[in-house]
Amino acid sequence: MISVSVQPAPIDLPSELAAVEIKGAGGIATFIGTVRGDDGVTELTLEHYPGMTEAVLIGLAEEAFARWGLLGVTIVHRVGPMAPGDHVVFIGTASAHRKEALESCAYLIDRLKTDAPFWKQERRGDATEWVEARASDADAAEKWA
Amino acid sequence: MQLLYFAWVRERIGVGAEDVAVPEAVVNVADLICWLSGRSEGHAAALAEPAKLRAAIDQVFVSLDAPLAGAKEVAIFPPVTGG
Repeated sequence: MISVSVQPAPIDLPSELAAVEIKGAGGIATFIGTVRGDDGVTELTLEHYPGMTEAVLIGLAEEAFARWGLLGVTIVHRVGPMAPGDHVVFIGTASAHRKEALESCAYLIDRLKTDAPFWKQERRGDATEWVEARASDADAAEKWA
Repeated sequence: MQLLYFAWVRERIGVGAEDVAVPEAVVNVADLICWLSGRSEGHAAALAEPAKLRAAIDQVFVSLDAPLAGAKEVAIFPPVTGG
C-alpha cells in the first residue's frame, strides 16, 4: 500500500504510523524531519509545485516499493509556514525484514531532497531568506543510483 | 504557453504564473529564459543567472537545453530544498 500526502495541516504521527503498520510486516522504519530552531530561525515556510510534487513523491514511493519488495510506504510532507520543532516530513516503510525497511526509508528521504519540487524559506525576525540547495544532498541521492 | 515560477524566481518576477505567446525563435528552455529576461526588471533580476535555475516541462524536470516543442506548461525555479 502506497500513501502520499502534501498538506498544510500538522502531520498526525500516531495515525500515519498506524497506517503504515501492515499486517505481516516484520519491520517498520520511519524518518521524521523537523524544523530546526538553530541559527535564529523563527519560522520555516515550505513552497511546492502543486501536482508535480505529489506525482514525484508517488513515483519515488512506487520505485522503493518495487526495489525493496515493500509491504507499505507512506510519505507525508507539510507545506506552508511552520515553527521550530514542527514536523516537516514523515516517511514510513514496512517490509518483511528490517534491512529492506531501513534502506528504503533512507533512500526515500535522500531522493525526496533532490527530486521533489519543494523550496524552503527561513525567517529570522523580520528577515526572510531562501535556503540554498546543498551539494551533500545531491551526493547522498547519487549513491542510490 | 503557461509559465510557472517558484521561490525567489516567483518573488523577483512578482507573479507566480503568466501566459505568454513565445516567438518561434525561442526553441529551448535556455532561449525562453533569455527572452523572458526582457519582459521586465523583475524578470531580468530573477533570470540573470541561468546556471542557478532549474526547469520542468509539463511537470517533468528537464535540462535548460530541452526543446519547448509541444510544451503546455513550463516552470522555472531554483534548485529544490525539501525534506
